Amino acid sequence: MTLDLTRITDFLAGDVQADRLVPPTGFTARLTVFAAGAMAFLTVFALALSLATGRLADRWSDELARASTLRISAPLDQRAAQTAAALRLLETTPGVASARALTEEEQRALLEPWFGPELPVASLPIPQLIEVIEDETGYDPAGLRLRLAAEVPGAVLDDHTRWRRPLVVAADRLRLLGWVSIVLIGATMAAMITLAAQAALAANAQVIAVLRLVGARDGYIARAFVRRFTLRALGGAAAGTALGMVAVLILPSAQAEAGFLTGLGFQGWHWVWPLVIPPLGAVVAFAATRHAAQRTLRELS
Amino acid sequence: MIELEQVAMSYGGGELLGDISLTLSPGSFHFLTGPSGAGKTTFLKLCYGALVPTAGHVRLFGTDVRDMSRDDVALARRRIGVVHQDVQFLDHLPVADNVALPLIVSGHDRGEEADNLAELLSWVGLSKRAGALPAELSGGERQRAALARAVIMSPEVILADEPTGNIDWEMSQRLLQLLVELNRMGKTIMIATHDMNLIRAAKSQVQARVLRISQRRLQAAGADL
Repeated sequence: MTLDLTRITDFLAGDVQADRLVPPTGFTARLTVFAAGAMAFLTVFALALSLATGRLADRWSDELARASTLRISAPLDQRAAQTAAALRLLETTPGVASARALTEEEQRALLEPWFGPELPVASLPIPQLIEVIEDETGYDPAGLRLRLAAEVPGAVLDDHTRWRRPLVVAADRLRLLGWVSIVLIGATMAAMITLAAQAALAANAQVIAVLRLVGARDGYIARAFVRRFTLRALGGAAAGTALGMVAVLILPSAQAEAGFLTGLGFQGWHWVWPLVIPPLGAVVAFAATRHAAQRTLRELS
Repeated sequence: MIELEQVAMSYGGGELLGDISLTLSPGSFHFLTGPSGAGKTTFLKLCYGALVPTAGHVRLFGTDVRDMSRDDVALARRRIGVVHQDVQFLDHLPVADNVALPLIVSGHDRGEEADNLAELLSWVGLSKRAGALPAELSGGERQRAALARAVIMSPEVILADEPTGNIDWEMSQRLLQLLVELNRMGKTIMIATHDMNLIRAAKSQVQARVLRISQRRLQAAGADL
C-alpha cells in the first residue's frame, strides 16, 4: 500500500458541505475529546516510566557490570599493608582496567546516610573498600578470589552480580509493564471511541438512511463521521500530551540521594517520543470509527 | 429502465407480492393503486433497490440488483428520483440544502448548480421558503420540496409514494401538474396512490396506465377509471 499524502490532507481538510450533513453532536464530541486527552495524558506517564526504567536497567547492567568492590577487613594496623598488597595484586590481574582505594571522604559519604556526618572513619574498624573497574574482556572472579585468599587474607571480593541481577530484572519488568500499559491505554481509547462513534451513528441513523436514499455512497457517509472523530481524537490527544509533558517537566528533579529513581521523565531526544502520541491517537480513532461506521452501514439497505 | 421479472417478495414467511412482471419504459406514466397494506411501498422499494426480491429478478438500467454492490445501488439511485411517503428530510438543514442533497452527496459543486436550484425551487413555488427548516413547512410544501429533491439530479425515472397523501385537493392538483410536466419532458413516472380522483384528473392530461395490486398480484386496472 502506498501512502498517498494528498489523500490524508484532503481527508483532514474535509468537505464543508459533507460536514454539514451530519448534525453536530455536542455531548459525544466532548466525551471523545476528553477520553482522547485523558488517555494521552496517561500514555505520557507510561512512556516516561518505560523510558526511565529502561535507562535504569541499562545503567545497572552496563556500568555496574564493569565495577566490583574489594573489601579489606583487617585489624587497623594491617589494613594499610593489606590494601597496598591487594592493589598490587589487582594491577597484575588480567582483565582489571583500574583499581583504586576509596578515600576516607568517600567512605564517610557512603556511611553518612546511616551514621550521620563527621564519623571518625579512620579510627573505626571499618573495612577499606577498593573499587575495581574491569576492561572489555573482564577478569576471572574465581581465580582472583584464590589469589586474594593466598596473599591478602582479609580481602573479600564482591562482583555485584548478587544484588545487581534482581534489580536489572525488576527494572526490565517495570519497563515491560510500562509498554503493556501503553498498549492497554491505546486499546481502551479505541474501545471508547468505538462506543462514542457507535452512539453517534445510532443517533444519526435517520440521517444516514436519508443520505443512502438520495444516492450517497457508503464511503461518503462513513467519511463524514470518521473525519469528525479522528479530528476530535487528534485535538484531545494533543492537549492531553501537552499537559502530560508539562507535568513530567515540572516533576521535582531526582536528587543524588534518590539515585535509583533517576529522573522519571524524558532525557534528550526522548522528548520526541510523546509527540508521537497525538498522531497515533488519531490513527487509532480513524481505524475504530471507520470500522464502526462500515459495520453500521452494512446493516442499512 | 426498470424491469421486474416474476418477482416475489415475502416477509417472515408470508408472501406480500408474487409473480410480478413489469417493464417501465422511457417516457411512460404509471399509477399504482391498491388498498392500504397491499404492498405499494414495497413494490416501489423493489424498484429503487431498497429491497432485494425473495424470488425473480429486478433489473435497474439493465443490471440485476442481486449483482449490484452497495455503491452500484447508490449510483443507480442518482438516476431514480424518489418522492418518499414520509418525505425523509434532514431536519437540521434548510429546505434549499435538503433539495440540493442529491447534488451534495454526489460531489457536485453547489456554486455551479445555484441557478439550477433557484429555478427548481421557483418551479415548485418554494423560492420564498428556501431558508426554512423542514419542520416549518406545511404538508403541501414538504411534498413539493420532496418532489424538487427527487428531480434535481435530472433523473430518468421518478417514483412517488403517495405524494398527495396528506395535502388538500388544490395542492394535489398542483403536484400532479408538476409530475405531468416532467413526463412531457420525457421522464418515466410511477405514482403510488389510492386517490382515484387524482388518477382521473391525470388521465385527462396524459396517457397513463393504471396498475392495481390485488391479492398479491399486479393487474391492469379496469377501464372504468
